[in-house]
Amino acid sequence: MIRLEAVTKQYDEGTPAVDNLTLEAGTGEITVLVGPSGCGKTTSLRMINRMIEPTSGRILIDGQDTAQVPAARLRRDIGYVIQHAGLFPHRTVLHNVMTVPRLNGWGRARAETRAREVLELVGLPGDFARRYPGQLSGGQQQRVGVARALASDPSVMLMDEPFSAVDPIAREGLQDDLLRLQGELGTTIVLVTHDIDEAIKLGHRVAVLRQGGRLAQFSSPADLLAHPADDFVADFVGRDRGYRALSFQQHEVPVHPEEPVPLGQPLTRRGDEWLLAVDEESRPQGWVVPGEVGDAPVGREHLHRGGTVASVDGSLRALLDAALSSPSGRGVVVRDGVLAGTVRAEEVLAAIQAAPRPDGTSIQDERP
Amino acid sequence: MIATIWAWLTDPANWSGAGSIPDQTLEHLRLSFIALVVAALIAIPIGLYVGHTGRGRVVLVNIVSAFRAIPSLGVLFIAALLLLPRLKGELAFELPSLIVLVLLGMPPILSGVYAGIQQVDPAARDAARGMGMTGQQRLWRVEVPCALPLIFSGLRSSMLQIIATATIAAVVGLGGLGRFLIDGQANRKYDEMAGGAILVAVLALLVDLVFAALQRFAVSPGLAPAARR
Repeated sequence: MIRLEAVTKQYDEGTPAVDNLTLEAGTGEITVLVGPSGCGKTTSLRMINRMIEPTSGRILIDGQDTAQVPAARLRRDIGYVIQHAGLFPHRTVLHNVMTVPRLNGWGRARAETRAREVLELVGLPGDFARRYPGQLSGGQQQRVGVARALASDPSVMLMDEPFSAVDPIAREGLQDDLLRLQGELGTTIVLVTHDIDEAIKLGHRVAVLRQGGRLAQFSSPADLLAHPADDFVADFVGRDRGYRALSFQQHEVPVHPEEPVPLGQPLTRRGDEWLLAVDEESRPQGWVVPGEVGDAPVGREHLHRGGTVASVDGSLRALLDAALSSPSGRGVVVRDGVLAGTVRAEEVLAAIQAAPRPDGTSIQDERP
Repeated sequence: MIATIWAWLTDPANWSGAGSIPDQTLEHLRLSFIALVVAALIAIPIGLYVGHTGRGRVVLVNIVSAFRAIPSLGVLFIAALLLLPRLKGELAFELPSLIVLVLLGMPPILSGVYAGIQQVDPAARDAARGMGMTGQQRLWRVEVPCALPLIFSGLRSSMLQIIATATIAAVVGLGGLGRFLIDGQANRKYDEMAGGAILVAVLALLVDLVFAALQRFAVSPGLAPAARR
């Protein structure tokens, strides 16, 4: 557990960057610090590994006052990931990842074995090890950055805007992988972001900071969306929070059987009803209209790909989105990637009405 | 004209014995390398210190530009006048020239080392610190290796300057390829003068090639422009 006790950082003049911040980041959890620029979130994070020394207050990691540990020693036990990865351009990916184990006095062979292990873990197998950072994409560099932080198997990891500089598609993959890794390794993570969506997606607990490093709210993402503490938080959390809160809710929704048509074969049905095309392994590919296909075999050029796909055990948000985005009005649902059936928007809405909210109430309870 | 220069350059008589082309070339190289080593020993630590700590940046920049304005010949004469009566033997002649060459060789090294350390990706420095490297570890394991391309270009331009300027050592009676220029002029042997000038240029190019090879060997391929996107 990381505990900040009345931590203040005051630079020479003016208002404090961080003012009397008390916060606990639970062991094995992802704690996200989020807020507008100038809210002191990065300063707070960097005080944990003493990149910045607090003016007053204490920071404890598992009960140990960090001020009592030599700074370099302390940092070697804490994983550190930053926005632009900060890889060493003159070292190969492998040697970048070996850095901390080597600093900790591991032998070359042991450090190399470990480095290959973590590279595999972050999804960079085999020959990536021999490349130089300059030869990697931004997303790949950030994966190496995460691998490098994990190499010495730290129990605590600090991440400063780790995915902000990565393009949106790569970012999503990185976020998913971080969640998976954190679930497997149980690392205690403190992550800084300015992106409230990222905070809500990644955080077990989210601390919203306001200007001057004061804590505005510290709660679970669902709670943050449902009960913003004040106008500042409500404003920062933004629009669509009712919709986004559905990400945290699950409820039974009737799944209707769907009779798909296989790709590459001519249609056996006519009419102007939308039909769902699947590949040989029954994975949904897109919607087709018989009138557009004619007598030809169903090809990829006939596909309408507008609809999103939800998992059977997905959130109500994913299910509703699948139903709303589908050109046929039937939301595609899969189990392990394989077609399970379709859902209807009105039935998802009914489920939303019935679903218990994170605070135990449901919309139906509030009806007069 | 070209034919006479060629004749002088290829005359076997000029290639053997005391004061011959190989002889003066070696002497030229010896002076130049001593000057480069001394200049590097002074300039590299200063450049590293300023680049790593960021302290004394303004002073360094001013010193570098001031040094570049030094008139080599003027310093040579002043140094010779001051030192000749006080020193004995070969050193009395060599030291003034070496002082000039060292002064001249330092600015490119200073700015190369300083700029090299300065341009290291701030994110890489931050990561190095965040991973628990000490100041010395950051300097030697991250900053210096990343700065090597610019350190090398500083050393190379310093070497070129020194080799070109070492010719003036002949003015105070020292050996080196400058002898051909000075003696050629004194004896109105313009083929010898031009030949000497060509030899200086060729020597500078060859030494630069050697440094380029060293650089290829010493600098990580990850820093080569081809390794970047």
